[in-house]
Amino acid sequence: MSDLSQPAAHPPVTDWVHDFDHTDPQWTDDPFPIWDKLRAASPVVHTERFLGCYMPTTYEAVREIANDTEHFSSRRIIVRDVRPEITSRNAAPPITSDPPVHKPAKQLLLPPFTPDAMKKLEPRVRAICNELIDGLIAESRIDAAERYTKHIPVRAIAHMLGIPETDSDLFINWIHMILELGIKDENVLLQAVQEMSAYFAGQIEERKRKPTDDLISYLMNVRDEEGNPLEDSHVLGSLRLLLIAGIDTTWSAIGSSLWHLAKTPADRERLIAEPGLIPTAVEELLRAYSPVTMAREVVKETTISGCPVKPGNMVLLSFPAANRDPKMFPDADKVVIDRRENRHAAFGLGIHRCVGSNLARMEMQVALEEWLKRIPDFRLDPAGTVTWSQGTVRGPRQLPFLLGKAM
Amino acid sequence: MTERLRVHVDPDKCQGHARCKALAPELFELDEYGNAHEAGDGTVRPGLEDKAWLAKSNCPEIAIDVIEE
Ligand code: SF4
Repeated sequence: MSDLSQPAAHPPVTDWVHDFDHTDPQWTDDPFPIWDKLRAASPVVHTERFLGCYMPTTYEAVREIANDTEHFSSRRIIVRDVRPEITSRNAAPPITSDPPVHKPAKQLLLPPFTPDAMKKLEPRVRAICNELIDGLIAESRIDAAERYTKHIPVRAIAHMLGIPETDSDLFINWIHMILELGIKDENVLLQAVQEMSAYFAGQIEERKRKPTDDLISYLMNVRDEEGNPLEDSHVLGSLRLLLIAGIDTTWSAIGSSLWHLAKTPADRERLIAEPGLIPTAVEELLRAYSPVTMAREVVKETTISGCPVKPGNMVLLSFPAANRDPKMFPDADKVVIDRRENRHAAFGLGIHRCVGSNLARMEMQVALEEWLKRIPDFRLDPAGTVTWSQGTVRGPRQLPFLLGKAM
Repeated sequence: MTERLRVHVDPDKCQGHARCKALAPELFELDEYGNAHEAGDGTVRPGLEDKAWLAKSNCPEIAIDVIEE
């Protein structure tokens, strides 16, 4: 096993505009002022790090890139230190697919994630939240990430896939290896991908013997336009995607939302008094603390918002930074839980719109509703430290809370 | 003078974010992939005007038109 604790160090950033690094601890802790600085400098900035990488800083520039599949490819979607050869077209379809193969691959995944399908899953998610709350409500000092937010999405997606919810820790560990440690350590990434693929290959074999009515069997049974089943490697790739995309992201979104409410009593009290406002608040929390930053690879020379971009570079497609653009959102740096006009890009824009957005929204609403119902009084524990994940997904990984009025 | 409102979803732009359906369930329908189209001919019944504008201003793909006739 490689040493998971020692990712390659990057030199600290001294010039954010020309040498930005989204893995720098300063960015991880508090990226918002950095984005403001970059946006003030240019709609598109560049760093030599990560073998050359651009970052659009405005909503408009992010939208332009997200909608331009001619000059920007999705074959690489994480900005990393290395850029190995693409050896499989089934890495994680459809998120790693470009047109024309993207659309048919995505169409297959959409039906199980419609709002109606999510309504059917909602009772299970509500039960998961309540089981977790049962286990912590008697305590006065907890880590809400470790005890609550971390477990909700992983159990929900395991339930959908028909794999044991008790394997959750395994999944969480793989995802940490892929999305965080893997940015700087190829071996860790490959190890996690291999373990995950072997796990799912076993699940596929089991279902060949004994079909089930879960999402894995669904993928094995769907047919493309020609009536052919998906290759096993495509099923595997999509399963990897669902697990990778479905866990960290929503865990982060729920965590950031609770973090905000823990330090903003006025918003917390308003949501308790007006639970009908929760869906609107969820959209605003998604805007303000968007967890997911995607990437693209420049494959053809072009200009974005007047700035030239060159092939061979990656693009850090920061939906979170777009969502803080004051040109697009008045008071962009404030959380306005009843914001009416909110075209936020937290789930991406264009053809790669997150397949799981309806799932994530449902999980966030249910997780907040159940928590606020049963634990109306909570705040950050001044004796603890909130820590944030690094890289592709941003969310609190330690969330020390004090619960109850007495504290 | 009564003004008639109609909503219309551009199917080429819609990516199925489902914001319209969440905000104005009376005015939009989703297909099996979660992509939206206007309910019926898109006519906005009196009292639902606000919801029509709300859906339009929350569609991330700018796929919704509110037409004043
Ligand atoms: S909000 Fe816009 S993109 Fe989403 S389903 Fe409605 S019309 Fe389509």
